[in-house]
Amino acid sequence: MKSISKIYTFLVFLFLYAPILVLLLFSFNTTSSTSVFSGFSLQWYKSILEDKATLRALYNTLILAVSSSAVSTVLGTAAAVGIDKYKKGIARSSVMAVTNIPMMNPEIVTGVSMMLLFVFIGKLVNAESVLGFGTLLIAHVTFNLPYVILSVLPKLRQTDANLAEAAQDLGCRPASAFFKVVIPSIMPGIITGMIMAFTLSLDDFIISYFSSGPGFQTLPIAIFSMTKKRVKPDMYALSAIIFVSILILLILYNIAQQKSEEKVKTKKE
Amino acid sequence: MNSRSSLRTRLVSSPYVVWSILFIVAPLIFVVYYSFTNSSGNFTLDNISALSKYTPTFLRSIWFGIVATLICLVIAFPLAYIISQKTEKVQRTMVMLVMLPMWMSFLIRTYSWMAILQDTGIINSLLGKIGIGPIHMINTSGSVILGMVYNFLPYMIMPIYSVMAKLDHSMVEAAQDLGGNRLTVIRRCIIPMSMPGVVSGITMVFVPSVSTFYISQKLGGGSFDLIGDVIERQFQQSYNYNLGASLSLVLMVLILLCMAVMNRFTGDEEGMVI
Repeated sequence: MKSISKIYTFLVFLFLYAPILVLLLFSFNTTSSTSVFSGFSLQWYKSILEDKATLRALYNTLILAVSSSAVSTVLGTAAAVGIDKYKKGIARSSVMAVTNIPMMNPEIVTGVSMMLLFVFIGKLVNAESVLGFGTLLIAHVTFNLPYVILSVLPKLRQTDANLAEAAQDLGCRPASAFFKVVIPSIMPGIITGMIMAFTLSLDDFIISYFSSGPGFQTLPIAIFSMTKKRVKPDMYALSAIIFVSILILLILYNIAQQKSEEKVKTKKE
Repeated sequence: MNSRSSLRTRLVSSPYVVWSILFIVAPLIFVVYYSFTNSSGNFTLDNISALSKYTPTFLRSIWFGIVATLICLVIAFPLAYIISQKTEKVQRTMVMLVMLPMWMSFLIRTYSWMAILQDTGIINSLLGKIGIGPIHMINTSGSVILGMVYNFLPYMIMPIYSVMAKLDHSMVEAAQDLGGNRLTVIRRCIIPMSMPGVVSGITMVFVPSVSTFYISQKLGGGSFDLIGDVIERQFQQSYNYNLGASLSLVLMVLILLCMAVMNRFTGDEEGMVI
C-alpha cells in the first residue's frame, strides 16, 4: 500500500512537472528545435537578456502588478472594514453578492464585459482607443478586490471590537485608534490579500487580453502573440529564469517560517 | 455617539461600492445591452437567434468540461488523501510543489505540451527508439482534455486537501474501532466528510474548463472549437461585439445553471449523510 501511494504521488507530480522539465531542458539547447536536444548552450539566455521588447513587457507586468495590488489592498481593506459594520440585510447581502461576481464568472466573460465598457467610454470621449495602462489597472484592481476583501473580513471578525473602543476611551481619536489597534490586528489578512492580488495580477492573461491595447503589453500578452507563431527557446529561457527565482523565493520563505516557528517553540520552553 | 461612529465606519466602504457599481455591475449591464442590440444600437433578437448555430459548440464545451472535471477529481482525490496523511512538514512541501507550476505562465506550459505530444515530439521520439511507431496525439479531443486537466488539476487538489487536512481524526479512528476496514472507512467516512472540498474543487475546475480558449487552439489545432474560442474571435477578429456579447451572456447563464444544479445535488448528498 505504501509503495503504491509513493508511485502514485510520483506519477502525478511527473505529470505536473513534465512540461516544466521539457522547457528547462530545451532552454539550454544549441538549436531552436524543441523536440531534439543537440547540445548544451546558453545562447537563448543571452538573447532574451538582449531582447528589449520582452524586457519591456516584463517591466510593464511588474509595474502593473505592484500598482494594482497596492490600489486593491487599500480599497479592499477599507471595503472590508465598512462591510464588517453592515447590519445583516439587503445591503450586506447584495454587496457580498456583487463581490463574488468576479470570482464566480468565467474570466472570459469578465474580460469581455470590461472591454464593452471601455469601448463605450471610448465612444463617449471620442477617442480612437482608451485601452492601455489605465484600463488594465482598472481591470486588475477589479478582479483583485474580492480576494483582498475575503481575506481581510475573517480577520476583522476575529478582532475584538471593544479594543478600538477601549483605545478611544483612553483618549485616542477614532482615526488613530483605527490605525493603532484595528490595522495591526488584521495585518496578516491584509498581507495575504496583497500577496494574492500581486500573484493574480502577475499571472493574468485572459482578462488582460481583452482590456489592453497595443501601447501597453504585459508579459503574458507578449507570450500569447509569440505562441501564435513558433516559439523560440528564448521564451523558454525567460520562463526558466522566472521559475527558478520563484522557487528560490519560496524556499527562503519556508526557511524563514520554520525558523520563526522554532523561535516560538524555544520561547515557550 | 456609537451609532454615528459605526455609520462613519460603514461609509469607509463607499469607494468600493462605487467602484463595484462602475466596474462590476455596469460591464454586465453592457453585456446584456449589446446582446439585444445591433451594431447601430437598435433593439434586435438576431444575436440570440443566431446562437442556435453554436449549439454543437456549447455542447462540446460542456462535455469537455465535464470529462476534464471528472478526470481531475479522480486524480486529485487520492493525492489529496495521501498528502493529508503525511507529517506537517512534508505536507507543507508537497502543497508548495502542487502550487508551484501555477506561478509559471500557463501559456508557456501549454505550449510546452505541444512539444511533448507532437508527431515528432518527445514521447514519439522515445517510443520510436523502442520500435513503437508514432502515435498521433496532438490535435485530438484527448489532447485538449489533457490540457484542461493539466492546467486546472491544482485547483481540484487544493480545496480537497485543505478539507482533508482539517478532518477530525477521532472520527476516522472511531470508524476503524467499530470494525470498518480501510475501504469502508474511506467510503463511509472520509468521502462524505470531504464533500465541501470536492464541491468547491469541481466549480474551480469546471468553470475555467468550459470557458477556456487558449488550450483548445494550441492542443486541438483549431478542429475542436470551444465556446471560448468563438467568443474570442468575435471580439478580437471579426469585431462583432453584439454576437460576442450574446454568446457570453448565454455562457454566463449556463454556468450559473450548472452550479445551481450541482449545489442542489450536493445539498441532497449532505442530507443523505445526516
